[in-house]
Amino acid sequence: MTRLHLIPLAPLLGAAICLVGARALRRTTVHVVACGSVLSAFLFSISAFVAIRHGGELREDAFTWIAAGDLRVGAAFLFDHLSGTLALVITGVGFLIHVYSTGYMHDDPSYARYFGYLNLFTGSMLVLVLADSLPLMFVGWEGVGACSYLLIGFWFHKQENADAGRKAFLVNRVGDAGFLLGIFVLWTFTGALDFAGLRANVDALGAPWLGGFSAATWAAALLFVGATGKSAQLPLYVWLPDAMAGPTPVSALIHAATMVTAGVYMVARLGFLYALAPAVLFAVAACGAATALYAATIGFAQTDIKRVLAYSTISQLGFMFLGVGAGEAEAGLFHLVTHAFFKACLFLGAGSVIHAMGGRQDVADMGGLRKKLPLTHATFLVATAAIAGVPPLSGFFSKDEILAAALHAHPALFAAGLLAAACTAFYMTRLYCLVFTGECRADAHVQAHLHESPPSMTIPLVVLAALAAVAGLPRLHFDPIVGGASVFATVVGVFVAARLYWGGAKPAARHFSATFPRLYSAVLHKYRVDEIYDFLLVRPLKGLAFVLHEVMDRRLIDGLGVHAGPQIASGLGWIARRLQNGDVQRYAALMAAGAAVIVYLALGGA
Amino acid sequence: MIPTGHFLVVAALLFAIGAAGVIVRRNVLMILMSIELMLSGGSLTLIAFARHHGDVGGHGLAFLVVAVAAAEAAIGLAIIVALFRTRRTANADDANLLRDE
Repeated sequence: MTRLHLIPLAPLLGAAICLVGARALRRTTVHVVACGSVLSAFLFSISAFVAIRHGGELREDAFTWIAAGDLRVGAAFLFDHLSGTLALVITGVGFLIHVYSTGYMHDDPSYARYFGYLNLFTGSMLVLVLADSLPLMFVGWEGVGACSYLLIGFWFHKQENADAGRKAFLVNRVGDAGFLLGIFVLWTFTGALDFAGLRANVDALGAPWLGGFSAATWAAALLFVGATGKSAQLPLYVWLPDAMAGPTPVSALIHAATMVTAGVYMVARLGFLYALAPAVLFAVAACGAATALYAATIGFAQTDIKRVLAYSTISQLGFMFLGVGAGEAEAGLFHLVTHAFFKACLFLGAGSVIHAMGGRQDVADMGGLRKKLPLTHATFLVATAAIAGVPPLSGFFSKDEILAAALHAHPALFAAGLLAAACTAFYMTRLYCLVFTGECRADAHVQAHLHESPPSMTIPLVVLAALAAVAGLPRLHFDPIVGGASVFATVVGVFVAARLYWGGAKPAARHFSATFPRLYSAVLHKYRVDEIYDFLLVRPLKGLAFVLHEVMDRRLIDGLGVHAGPQIASGLGWIARRLQNGDVQRYAALMAAGAAVIVYLALGGA
Repeated sequence: MIPTGHFLVVAALLFAIGAAGVIVRRNVLMILMSIELMLSGGSLTLIAFARHHGDVGGHGLAFLVVAVAAAEAAIGLAIIVALFRTRRTANADDANLLRDE
C-alpha cells in the first residue's frame, strides 16, 4: 500500500465531519463516523505493516508543501518499522479509547465536539509519527499540542479546567520553541529537513560551533528541550498532572497513545543525530532516570486516582527516555508500546471507577470496589501487575530491557531506575489496595449507585488488559541478573504497599505521615514546584506584561502616538467652533466691525 | 438751504441705529424693524445725493427701495408668524433646531 496519507487523513476527515456537523449530526452518526475513521486508519496501518513485514519501508510523496529558494519541503510520509509500530499503537489503542468514550461521554451535551477533537488528536499524532521531514513532524507536534489544549479544557465552563488547558499549551510552547530552534540549526548546517537527507549530511554537524560544542550537540539538546515539553520530563512536566482536568478517556489518549510519546519517538527517530552527541544522549538518560524517580515519589502521597496515574505516566516516560538515552532506542520504544497498553487500561479502568462513583476521584471515598466492579477490577489488577513489572506480564520485559541498557551505560542510572521500579510497584499497589480492597468508604447514596460500566466501556478494558499481559511475549529474552534485581524491587514495592494499605490505609501508613509531616506535606504538594515556577516565572512575566500593557501600550503608544493627533485636531476645532457657532447676529456684529475697520482704513486711517 | 452733509449724518445715524438693533435685539420683530431703519438710512442717502446733484435718478432708486422693503416686510412677517406658530416664541435664539449643541 503506497497511499500512506490515508492513515492520518481518515481521522482528520472524521474530525472535520464531526466538528462541522456538530449541531446537525445525531449521536449515532457521530460515533460511527469517529470510531469508523480511526478503525479504518488502523486497518490501513495493518495493511501497510503487512507490506513491510520482511523489512524495508514505505514512502509516499504526497505533494510539495513549501518551495522557496533552496528550501524544499515535501508533504512526505514514511512508514518503516518504527513509525509503523507507533501508528498501530496510536490507531489501535486510539480506537479502543474512542469506543470506550461512546459509553463514558454518553450524557455529555457536546458529544460531537468531543469526538471531533478526539479524531483531530489522533490524526495530528499520526501526522507527527508518519512525517518524513521535521517541518511536517512539527505540524503534528503542534497539532497534538492544540488538541490537548482543546480536550483538557473540554469542560471549559469551570475555570480550573480552562486554566489547566492553558497551562498545558503554554508549557508545551516552551518546549516547542526549543524544537523549532533545533530544526533551524539542522537546516543551517545540513541544508536538509527530511530524515534521509539529514542522515546523509549528518557529518556536516560535527563541526564545532557555539561555545565549543558541535552543531550536532546544539541541535540534539534543543530538540530534547522540545521532547521534555511534549513528553512531560523534568523540568517541563508540570502540565501533565493538571491535564487530569479533561475527561478521563482524554487522559488515556494523551498518556498512552498520543502526545507524550511524541518526544520519545522523536529522539528515537533522530537516533543518528543523537549518536553524534553522546553528552546529550547521556543527559537524556539522566533526565529520564531523574524524572522516573522524582515523579514516582510524588505518586506516593497523591489521593486523586487520576493524579497517581498521571505521575505514574511521567515516571514511565522517564523510563523510556532512560532506555533511549542509554543507547537502546528499541528498549525505550518497546516500553512505549507496553506502556500504551497498560496505561490506557489503567486510565480507562479509573474512568470506569469514576463513572461508577458518580464523578468522585478521591481514593479516600473508594475501597472495596472489587465486588461491585468485577470486570474493571480484574483488568485494573492485570494492568497494575504489568506496570509494576510482575513477570511474565509485558511491563516486566520492557522495563528489564531498559534497566539492562542503563546498567550498560552507567551504574548510577541503573540504581535510579531500579529504585524507581520499586517505587512504581509501591504506588500502584497502594492505589489498587485503596480503590479495590477493604470496605467502601463512600456515603450510602454513592454506594447505592455503584454499578459495573456498560459493555462499550468494559470491552476495551478487557482487550487492553489482554494486550498488557501478552505484549511482552514477542521479546521474551531477559538478562537474568537485571531481571532478578527488577523482580526483587517489584516484590519489595508490592509487599510494603500491601502491608500498609491492604483493605484501606493502615495506622502504620498514617503514623509515617505524622512522624515526618514536612516530608509528607512536600510530597503531597508535589514538592511545591508549581509554586516555585509561579514565583520565578509566572509572576515576573505577569509584572512585565503589566508594565508593557499599562505603561508602554496605554501611556506611550496609545497616549502619545494614537490619541495625541486627534486631540490636537479636536482642540483646534474647538477654537474654530467658537467663531462658527450658527448665531447670525454674532456674524452680523463681526461683519459690521469688519466693515467699520475697512471704512476706517479707506478713509486714510485718520 | 440745509447742507447735504447734515442729511448724510442723519442717514448714517439711522443706519447705525438699525445695525445696532439687528445685532443686539433678540426679538425677531425688533430685528425686522431695525432692518427697516437701516433701509431708511440708505434711502435718505440716495435722496440727499439726488438733491445735491439735481438728478431724479436717486428718487427713483429710493422708491424702488421702499417697494423692496414692503415686500421684505411682508415675507419677513410671514416667516415670523410661521415661526411663532411652530415654536411658540419670537426669540431668535430659540430658533436653533439645526445647531448641534
